Order: sequence, then C-alpha cells, then structure tokens
Amino acid sequence: MSIPAELKYAKSHEWIRLEADGTATIGITQHAQELLGDMVFVELPEVGRSLALEEDCAVVESVKAASDIYAPISGEVVAVNEEVESSPEKVNEDCYSAWLFKLKPANTAEIDALLDASGYEELLASEAD
Amino acid sequence: MLKTTALNATHRALQAKMVDFGGWDMPLHYGSQLDEHHAVRRDAGMFDVSHMLSVDLHGEQARQFLRTLVANNIDKSTVPGKALYTCMLNPTGGIIDDLIIYFLSESWFRLVVNAGTADKDLDWIAQQSKQYAPELTITPRRDLAMIAVQGPNARAKVWQIIPDCKADTEELKPFQSVTHGDYFIARTGYTGEDGFEITLPADQAVDFWQKLHAVGVVPAGLGARDTLRLEAGMNLYGQDMDETINPFEAGLGWTVDLKSERDFIGKSALLAKTVNQQLVGLVLLDKGVLRNHQKIITQQTENAGEGEITSGGFSPTLNQSIALARVPLGVAVGEQVYVEVRNKQLAAKIVKYPFVRNGKVLV
Repeated sequence: MSIPAELKYAKSHEWIRLEADGTATIGITQHAQELLGDMVFVELPEVGRSLALEEDCAVVESVKAASDIYAPISGEVVAVNEEVESSPEKVNEDCYSAWLFKLKPANTAEIDALLDASGYEELLASEAD
Repeated sequence: MLKTTALNATHRALQAKMVDFGGWDMPLHYGSQLDEHHAVRRDAGMFDVSHMLSVDLHGEQARQFLRTLVANNIDKSTVPGKALYTCMLNPTGGIIDDLIIYFLSESWFRLVVNAGTADKDLDWIAQQSKQYAPELTITPRRDLAMIAVQGPNARAKVWQIIPDCKADTEELKPFQSVTHGDYFIARTGYTGEDGFEITLPADQAVDFWQKLHAVGVVPAGLGARDTLRLEAGMNLYGQDMDETINPFEAGLGWTVDLKSERDFIGKSALLAKTVNQQLVGLVLLDKGVLRNHQKIITQQTENAGEGEITSGGFSPTLNQSIALARVPLGVAVGEQVYVEVRNKQLAAKIVKYPFVRNGKVLV
C-alpha cells in the first residue's frame, strides 16, 4: 500500500498536499480507490465555494458505489481538476497525481490536526481488524 | 461462516477481491470489473456460478407437479434438453424465485434456483410436493459446480478444451441443453451474449476452470456479472422482483401462462389483481450514475406517484448510466423523466430494454 510520507491524511481517506503557494491540494488515497474499484464519475465542488471542515463537497462514483468526499480542512475552493472529471479512471491509475480540488486554507491549525503517513497507516491497520 | 464453492481457492490464487454474497464467499472482481465486462462483450469470460443450486426432481409426477408449481407452462418443454425460464409464485402472486427448468426426461426435471433463495425454495417445493406430488423425489445437487462461459467466442473456446463435445453442442439452440459425459451443457446465460452454462461434478471444476483460463477465457466476477445482466435487461431477484412483486410488475408477464386451463399457485391472485406498475429501462441524459432506490418523477407522478429504480448502475458498453425502474403504467418509451440524485433532479429517458444484446447497443 502506497502512503507517501510527504502527504497529510484525513480519517475519511483523503490525502492533502501543502503547496509552496500556500494552497492545499486534495485527492483520495490508494486505499480509498482500491476499495471503490473502477471509477466512472467524479463530481467536484465549484471554484469559489467556501467549505467547512469535514463538509461533504464532492462525489466519486465507481462501477460499484457512490462515495462522498469530505473537506479535510476548511477553506475556499480555488481550483478543480477538470482532467479527472473527463477521465475518472485516472484516479485508479495514479491517485496521488490525479488530485480532485485545491483549497485556500482558512485555518492552518486544522492542517496540523491531520494524520501523517504513519498515523494513516495505523488507521488502516485498525480498520482492517 | 461463509459458504464456499469448489473454486474458492482458485479465486484467491487469482487474487480476486472476495465478498459476502448472500452467505457465499464469492469473487467480486479479479482486478478490474470493467476489463472483465469488456472481455465478455468482446471475446469470452467465465463466471463461477456454483452458488446457484441445481435441484433434481425425479418421478412420474414431476411434470404434473411443475404444472402447478410454476407460472410458465412446462408443457412448452416437449423436447428433452429444453430449458424454460419461469417464476415460482406464492398464493398472492408474488415471486418466490425466478428459475430455469430443464426437461431431461419425463421422470427427471432439473431446476436451477438462485443462491440466496435456495433454502427458501427447497422448503416451499417440499411443502407443495407433499400436497401435489407425494411420490416425487427432490434432490438438491450441492455435489455439482456450475461455470458460465459467455461471450462471442465462448462456445469456440469450450470446443477447444472439450473437442469431442462440439458435435453434440454445435447445433444446440439458445435455451437448449445436452448431457455430454459428466458435463451438462446448456446454451443459456445471464449476460446477453452467446455462451454455455456448464454444470459438472464439483471435483472437476478447478481443472475445467484452469483449462478455460489457459485458452484465454477471462475470469469474471459478480461485479461484471451485474453490469452485463443490467445491460442485457435481465431481472435480478431481490432487486427487480421479490415476494411483494408479481411477474407483470417485474416485466416478466411474458413468462406467465394464463392461456392454458391448468391452475398454478398464484394464478387466481394474478387474475384478480389490477396491475398499476411496469418495469422500464432508463438512460441517464445528465452526468452521474443511477443507483437502486432512487426516486423517479414522471408526467404521471401527480396522479400515480413516483417511480423507483430497481437496478441502476454504470453501463461500460454505453459509457453512461442506465437503470431498470418500476414506474406507473402510462409512462411511455421516449418520455423524459427526472431522477432524484443527492437532492438534484437529473434528466433521463425511458427506453425499451435490453440495452445491449450480442455486443450491439440497442438504445
């Protein structure tokens, strides 16, 4: 299971990468995409929308099921990945480059509260029990 | 403790994603449900369907009993090997199960019933036989495995590995079967493609599966089985029908024989009942995926209420979402309707199903 060390993780299986410009890029983890299976539809939030912490803001649908995506931190949506909207299978191919949306964080303290790679690995181990 | 088929270790060795399917430990997919789906539409795939149960009825009372037990007319089966698709109804006309009955001889009929309903079916059949056919022998065949080989090249691949069966099965028409040594080979299936469903002794299943695999038949899981059968417009028990739904409401009126004089269980209820609903196909016009139980708003909704999706999903062949849905009578093919998806109303079109048959898109 690939859990890149440089990323942060939410318990709801999103990954977050802090960019040099202060924005945060968000996608779903390898565990999440494997669980969902072949991705066929992605619905992303509108640019400009303000998201509260843990607000459901996007949907990824696989052949099997629909799954809500939650905002791992609060903030304003500054970009969405139109490429995954037209080719949802990119999430299966490489979930860490096929990001979903970018946020301008409203509260940096929320970022510190996220899991690091080892914390996320422990979470997966506990969920597997 | 989950039940397992003879192929359980084989699925695991292929690194299948296993799921609990009605108490059975079954493969959902072997990596990609989409790839498996396309393999069946374009070439050949195989499914372990050993969780379904063959039930043999032996005895001189068999045909007479089936005249009473099921809604379709077993007297249509006059040639040995003929398969008949039918519903088994309760006294109120609700569907206990849908099944295939193979006519093998006047004293031997084989029923193939769904996995999830097998125990219930056996109880029901035993109970009815006490009244209508006390001398009948009812034998559940858990000693048999079942492998469905489906796709445009499915039959040719089977002939590659059991070459001497070609002569026996080449002329077999759809919905006919033949016994070839230990193999019971039926030209039936659940995918809308050509192919065979092959019943064989469980201890031969692994060897047969591996031979099929060696000639390029792709292992396919329950995930692909579901998207294929949805595209083929075939009903799934527990979703598109159950004991509260009668065959007319489930789009299975064509399997009900009301013409003959014979009385079957549920017939009087069907004759007395007013049918208000019908099963239709839906193609989603907007982006998204239709799912089971979503509500449908139609032009009839104000008077006759909402419709409901019974089987919704993504169609890999159409590359858009499709569904089977129960809607009020009067909703017509071509009509645009709206489906409630997460607080939004998405546009969809009523179509005649099947959506795909023999690899061709029909909608």
